[in-house]
Amino acid sequence: MTADSEQYRVHREPFYRQQGNEVALYAAAYAARLPVMVKGPTGCGKSRFIEYMAWKLGRPLITVACNEDMTASDLVGRYLLEAGSTRWLDGPLTTAARIGAICYLDEIVEARQDTTVVIHPLTDHRRTLPLDKRGELLHAHADFQLVISYNPGYQSLMKDLKQSTKQRFTAFDFDYPEAELEATILAAESGIERTTAAQLVSIGAAARRLKGHGLDEGVSTRLLVYAATLIRHGVAAGDACRMALVRPITDDRDIRDTLDHAIDATFA
Amino acid sequence: MLRNETPAALSAERLAAGRARLDCRLPQVDGVFADCLRDALDALSPAGVDAYLDCARFLGRIGRGAEPVLAFLEEWPAVARSVGEQALPAVLATLQSFHKSPNGKAIAPFLQSLAAVSRRLAAGEPLQHYLDLTLRLLEQTSGSIHGIHKSFASPGLPDFLVQAPTLLASLSIAGLKNWVDYGVRNYATHPERQRAYFGLQSADSRAVFRRERHGTLLVDHERQLDLYLRALWGEQALFVPYAVGIEAASLASPMPPAQPYDDAGGIRLPDVLDDAHGVSGIDRYRAALAHIAGHRRWSTPLFADNCSPMQRLAIETFEDSRIDTLVVRRYPGMQRIFRALHPRPLAGACDPQRFSCLRHRLAVLSRALLDGEQEHSDADVRDFVARFRQALAGGDASSQAMADLALAYVARTRRQGDQLPEVYFTDTLVDYRDDNRPLWRFRERSDDEEMFAENRPAAATAEIDRLPPRHYPEWDHHSQSYRPDWVSLYESLHPAGDAALIDRLLDKHAALARRLKRLLDILKPQERVRLRFQEEGSELDLDVAVRSLIDCRSGVTPDPRINMSHRSNGRNLSVLLLLDLSQSLADRVRSGDGEQTVLELSQEAVSLLAWSIDQLGDPFAIAGFHSDTRHDVRYLHLKGSSEPWGDAVKRRLAAMQAGYSTRIGAALRHAAHYLAASSAEKKLLLVLTDGQPSDVDVSDDRLLIEDARKAVGELDRQGIFSYCISLDARADEYVGHIFGHRHSVIDRIERLPQRLPELFMALTR
Ligand SMILES: Nc1ncnc2c1ncn2[C@@H]1O[C@H](COP(=O)(O)OP(=O)(O)OP(=O)(O)O)[C@@H](O)[C@H]1O
Ligand SMILES: [Mg+2]
Repeated sequence: MTADSEQYRVHREPFYRQQGNEVALYAAAYAARLPVMVKGPTGCGKSRFIEYMAWKLGRPLITVACNEDMTASDLVGRYLLEAGSTRWLDGPLTTAARIGAICYLDEIVEARQDTTVVIHPLTDHRRTLPLDKRGELLHAHADFQLVISYNPGYQSLMKDLKQSTKQRFTAFDFDYPEAELEATILAAESGIERTTAAQLVSIGAAARRLKGHGLDEGVSTRLLVYAATLIRHGVAAGDACRMALVRPITDDRDIRDTLDHAIDATFA
Repeated sequence: MLRNETPAALSAERLAAGRARLDCRLPQVDGVFADCLRDALDALSPAGVDAYLDCARFLGRIGRGAEPVLAFLEEWPAVARSVGEQALPAVLATLQSFHKSPNGKAIAPFLQSLAAVSRRLAAGEPLQHYLDLTLRLLEQTSGSIHGIHKSFASPGLPDFLVQAPTLLASLSIAGLKNWVDYGVRNYATHPERQRAYFGLQSADSRAVFRRERHGTLLVDHERQLDLYLRALWGEQALFVPYAVGIEAASLASPMPPAQPYDDAGGIRLPDVLDDAHGVSGIDRYRAALAHIAGHRRWSTPLFADNCSPMQRLAIETFEDSRIDTLVVRRYPGMQRIFRALHPRPLAGACDPQRFSCLRHRLAVLSRALLDGEQEHSDADVRDFVARFRQALAGGDASSQAMADLALAYVARTRRQGDQLPEVYFTDTLVDYRDDNRPLWRFRERSDDEEMFAENRPAAATAEIDRLPPRHYPEWDHHSQSYRPDWVSLYESLHPAGDAALIDRLLDKHAALARRLKRLLDILKPQERVRLRFQEEGSELDLDVAVRSLIDCRSGVTPDPRINMSHRSNGRNLSVLLLLDLSQSLADRVRSGDGEQTVLELSQEAVSLLAWSIDQLGDPFAIAGFHSDTRHDVRYLHLKGSSEPWGDAVKRRLAAMQAGYSTRIGAALRHAAHYLAASSAEKKLLLVLTDGQPSDVDVSDDRLLIEDARKAVGELDRQGIFSYCISLDARADEYVGHIFGHRHSVIDRIERLPQRLPELFMALTR
């Protein structure tokens, strides 16, 4: 099992700037082995934060990107059929529970509700995972912790977490970092100058004000990092912004023209 | 241009020779001929002068009095200066066509506006296009009334000729052609309406004009400007256009140009802006909004009572400059735009002996402030540019700081001539800046006034009783273009009758209802549906797995699809049923036990459908429509989409009546407007109709069919699935053209009550 856990370890310190006191709060939640939910729009640093915490706490991290087609067996494990016999294969959740990793279920709402419920016994005092098909009741490793992420922006009737799921987690509300911090992050991640970073952030802010007026979500920090990276590689600021900030998020002409204007007005 | 004689040197012989060649005895000519000839000699070549006189002679002989000759003699030299004298043969040919047709009366207006038209066209459009267009208009509107060929003059032609310069000020030749074609197409046989159209009087004439005019229209860019204000300034506002288009162009006395402004009613902006000084129309709008948003953000109101009008003007100038400076600080890209749009008044242009120059001085200063000009030739300007920069060096400064600067400036630069009545206006209007009305507060405003101002909006909402009409465009397949705001649609709640009638109809179909119920149960959303034979699934499907294992053991290739999974099966569907309530609904048809009207059958069918959909729980709205010309399309609500199926709805269904015509396009568009607002995943518009689209004011059968087809296309693009159930046995000829495959024709109408719910279920299975 140690070989297993080695591959999930975060070896280098991920760059992470805390937005508030989330690092200390997370550490406290981990010390008590409480399950954690991180909420927030796409690309605002949720995954980065968890990665950073895993590194800081020295725990292996197993990340699962959830999707609609995912079934409970994809998390727990399944029998594989081989000629003459069958073989059991642990799923990522089971592996994490066995080796004492932090298991990060990214975008949990994407998974169907019948899938989501398998995490329930792991998230209360039982800390167990019944592997029905195998006839095994797995007791989670003492270091195991479950983390889920969830983007409330997409919320629809069809896609929301059940109350009984939500109420098993402590939660962090993430949002895009405030302007100063976001500029610092851009500068650090890409190596561009502070002033340029600040200009990118102000364009990001312009786009975020259009949320709900034709944009489902504003420009993420991730996209701002992309734009910064392009600029760092010598792309003209206007082109970089159009390519990384505007084109990915909209096909709406009015919005595109408005944001293009914001770019031209900002980088004169 | 060849000039053989200087104007002053018009000799007596030359005059006499000219007069002889003109050979015209009309006395009115005597008074002007010498001046005209002098002008012609200046503008035209010798051959050109001869041709000029020959043409004038022709006009003197057509028996239309002196007007045509005089107009030609006076106008032609100017025309030749604009478009060249070689245009004369084409003009002459046009005149001859006028003369040969019953349109001789139009010759004078044609000539009178020709010089102004030529000036407009000189920018590149050849005059020939204009002449062709004029002749076409003449052809198409002359004499076709009652089919007697060319015996009547075109009613609209003279009006058109009078308006031509105004039209060409805003339209390209292509735009003008579209505008003319529209009028010809719609009003060729209505003399009065034709005149109203070509005189730019009627509403649609103006609407088409607006559509065709060049420049950036506010109506077309409202959303973009709304996004601009939100995204870049975190502000929002209503935009209210004011006219700079035709209304302003056709004003007899030029008023001082209107400026944008910002008040409780919204932000007023010009209805159209052309590109100017290398700045696009949309950027000019953005500049105006940036300036207004800047005021909202950085200006604080000042009391006006203690300031003279001149002091106020100065304060506004400094404050506007401060706002522009701060806008540019935030969005450096605005600098290019502001600098391009701000006028460049010349330092010495205003004569202080004749004019009040303060306005001009301030414009010079404003320009210098915008350019950050430190080397200005005028010492006062230099000084105040420096003081302004200093005030803004440490931060945003304030409106009050600008007021102090401005008062100092006025005191320093005061001139005697500032009191002169005539203000020097040239190059002083900064048209992206608003008129600063929010900047001023008045202490002396009485309470009454304030009360009045605050109560005003309430008065407007008082008469909500009858909803104002909604206007919809209609597709004109001849021109392949929309007629803007062509149809007026009024909506209201359908009147109510006796609910018991509907209950009786439902009872009659009790057996059918029981059968439908079984079908409905299958359709009902079930929490979970099992999906078997999945390669990947949530659970092993034991039966299949065992079979596979056996296969495997016995050396046969096993079926790998041994899993199953579940899918939850919610219906996320919103439905609107649109009923054609036109007169044909009153037709009678044979049915099982005798005769019934189509109306009754429809009531039965609709009731059954409503009952069925209610069982399924899908949001479902019912509306009916009929029309009596394009000015009156009525849209009647029978059931609201979340209203339960109950007595209120039954009462309305019971009162359904047949009447009027079927202008379906507008009704489709209006229904779409409701469906589009629904957040359901799937949107279904069911149309129940018994005949082809028609209306009393439309003689061309194709027109409304093509419009309906267009409307269905619009719905498609909005993600609305439309489906037509037609009761017209001959519907195949057109219904497929309108709805494509999405239609059924029910030729045994008596089966409608059964077919309608069945169709619905089939569609939504
Ligand atoms: N606080 C932060 N410190 C450092 N980098 C950050 C921070 N916040 C965001 N970033 C940057 O933003 C990028 C996107 O963040 P991340 O991938 O964590 O987003 P996310 O919230 O998990 O998005 P999604 O919901 O789409 O998975 C990171 O790669 C990183 O460059
Ligand atoms: Mg992530």
